Amino acid sequence: MKYLIPAGVFALLVVVLAIGIQRAPSKNVIPSALIGKPAPTWSLPVIASNQSPTPASFDSERLRGRWFVFNVWGTWCPECKVEHPMLLEMARQKKLPLIGLDWKDDDAAARRWLESLGDPYDVVVADRDGRTAIDFGVYGAPETFLIDDRGVVVYKHVGAMNPDVWQREFLARLPTAAPSDGTQGQP
Amino acid sequence: MIPELGHFALILAMLVAIVQSAFGLAGPALQRERWIAAVRPAVTMQFLLQSAALLALMFAFVSNDFSVQYVAQNSNSALPVVYRVAAVWGAHEGSLLLWGWILAAWTLAVALFSRGLPAGFAARTQGVLGLVSVGFVSFTLATSNPFERLLPAAPDGRDLNPLLQDPALASHPPMLYAGYVGFAVAFAFACAAMIEGRLDQTWARWTRPWTTVAWAFLSVGIALGSWWAYYELGWGGYWFWDPVENASFMPWLVGTALIHSLAVTEKRGLFKSWTLLLAILAFSLSLLGTFLVRSGVLVSVHSFAADPTRGIFILVFLVLVIGGALALYAWRAPLLRSTAGFEFSARESFLLFNNILLVVAAAAVFAGTMAPLISDALGLGTLSVGKQYFDPVFLLPTLPLIALASVGIFSRWKRGQLAPHRGAILFTLALAAAITAALMLGVWGGAKFLTPVGFALGFWLIAASFVDPVDRLRRGLRLTPAIVGMTIAHIGLGVFVVSVTAVESYTRERDLALAIGESGRVGDFDYRLDGLRSAEGPNYDALRGTVTVLQAGKPVVTLHPEKRNYWVQGSVMTEADIHMQPARDVFVALGEDLGGGRWSVRAQIRPLINYVWLAAFLMAIGGIVAASDRRYRRSGESV
Repeated sequence: MKYLIPAGVFALLVVVLAIGIQRAPSKNVIPSALIGKPAPTWSLPVIASNQSPTPASFDSERLRGRWFVFNVWGTWCPECKVEHPMLLEMARQKKLPLIGLDWKDDDAAARRWLESLGDPYDVVVADRDGRTAIDFGVYGAPETFLIDDRGVVVYKHVGAMNPDVWQREFLARLPTAAPSDGTQGQP
Repeated sequence: MIPELGHFALILAMLVAIVQSAFGLAGPALQRERWIAAVRPAVTMQFLLQSAALLALMFAFVSNDFSVQYVAQNSNSALPVVYRVAAVWGAHEGSLLLWGWILAAWTLAVALFSRGLPAGFAARTQGVLGLVSVGFVSFTLATSNPFERLLPAAPDGRDLNPLLQDPALASHPPMLYAGYVGFAVAFAFACAAMIEGRLDQTWARWTRPWTTVAWAFLSVGIALGSWWAYYELGWGGYWFWDPVENASFMPWLVGTALIHSLAVTEKRGLFKSWTLLLAILAFSLSLLGTFLVRSGVLVSVHSFAADPTRGIFILVFLVLVIGGALALYAWRAPLLRSTAGFEFSARESFLLFNNILLVVAAAAVFAGTMAPLISDALGLGTLSVGKQYFDPVFLLPTLPLIALASVGIFSRWKRGQLAPHRGAILFTLALAAAITAALMLGVWGGAKFLTPVGFALGFWLIAASFVDPVDRLRRGLRLTPAIVGMTIAHIGLGVFVVSVTAVESYTRERDLALAIGESGRVGDFDYRLDGLRSAEGPNYDALRGTVTVLQAGKPVVTLHPEKRNYWVQGSVMTEADIHMQPARDVFVALGEDLGGGRWSVRAQIRPLINYVWLAAFLMAIGGIVAASDRRYRRSGESV
């Protein structure tokens, strides 16, 4: 009887793995230790912003007091190109400020990218050595975080944003009096 | 043309693997001599075909054939040739191909060195290895074909991930896979023994060297990966409890337990069913690790979702191989009960506790690694497990393990007889305590609660390891490779414990903001930023810093950390510069431009960190030396 125990334990593991595969398509959340915790703070050089003149650097403290979307991307990331039209659509809706973290990238390449594809971001900052991305526990680009007015990470999406996730996981999490009133454009 | 030939060779390799397993398993069962005789040629053929496939892919890389999708995604014409070869295993498809080739190579080695084994047993072993090969190659062909064409061909490739363009990392996967796949041999020996329903001490003697060599490869593979993470990722540590690292560490822990339980099975004919179970577990964890990492289920759930067919294939394969072996175990292991007894303080007891503690440690790592997956599958929400869990949970079983090893070395088989060694045990312990006190009072000063514990345990193990060989030499006895190897490996473990203790206790690190000409203090060192200029490599350009490190006003070393911009992938990499010294590493990496002429400079002083990897290499050398013992190459029944 006791010789059956290993096979039994393995059978349980298989069940768990099988459920894991079943759930795979809907499972876009990599466990993030950050959910419900304060987002890492950062102060990084700015690549592009919709303010003029463009400030040299931008500090995460300046976003305190409002909900915003934090999108990690890079010009080297093919999936980011797929995602880009969705980001432009999110920007067009003007529901939340969109902050971009250009991860391990070349500033000039990033500017060219934004010029040719359009710039959905209110501010894009450069994480040249990937330190900030590590602080956020980023596994790969693109990843998108929803951060609330107290600077707490509310949600994290792995992979390209899509209308469904945007509606169901981001907009639905906003407090009813969503701060969409004119915060766009002046972070 | 060449890639098609490679693809074709791989298909043939799978067909030959089917023949190999069919003849290998059916031949002895039906007692067909000629079927058994066909197994060895099939193994040779399979190895040649797998080699042809691997060489074809290598050729595509070296000749910059960007009409092959895998090459276009992972190479570039500006990439140096060495890395074009290493790029073969730079991603999923090629890694699987390499895995399959290594399995074929191990199988060939078994075929060549098994001439002293009973023909039926050897055939069964190769048959089981053939089954594993069928599964692996068909997985490669069905879901991850590296020879897929890209039409139209890409003008140039996307380049190898710059992180992987490094000598240590280029050699890390082959070493690691050689270890993983090596456990397949012990697994196959275990399955063959269960099929025959016979497991004696001779069986354990055959299995031991294979297991030990595989374990040595795995040790080197893990150490190379950890070393790479240290100097290339620039995070400055040696272990991060990352799921990928854990996946390689679990088979290592169980493999270590297996090595020790095999010793008991060989010398005393005990622990038979337990040894079988460990042999199955070591390879199962290797498979699980390879697949979980390769399928991305643990690291990035996303890539798993991208190709559910891969996930289902993996699961079916795991069920067949692991489930099959465990079912065989449940059926056959009860026949193999051992009868001899032993006293509480005999060597058998120490090795039993060794096994329990190692398996508990592996289980703890397993639980932490799988917890996010399990909690998600059960709908309990997502969670992540880190250092806060792993450090204490891993130390709990392993600290007593080290102490037990220091005493256990003195124990004898069957009967206790520890009393005559009480003097040596206490003397080595006192010596270790004295060294610890000297280090902590004289050199480094006090630190954490566990610092003296770690030092004392480590030095104790080193000192205790020397006693038996020295004693044998004094009594004019021969030192066999088995004893020398064991001693080297145990000293390696002691060195590992000491160095990890030093690194964890006495590392000093700071992020400095320096303008050119300024300096900042870390520990008793001053880092001075002397200059920054641009530099160029074969496929990147870089910003190169000059940092002089001073101790008590005198320059110790000038370091040149770089920030590299790889043209094709457009990614920026931090290339830390490290001054490696026997006593400590002086580490510096360039951070970002803080504006106003200031740069962030990451400065770290890590005492004894190189001994962490040196220790792993010592353990591996010990394994190789022990496996070279002539005893293992004798045929026949003598023990």
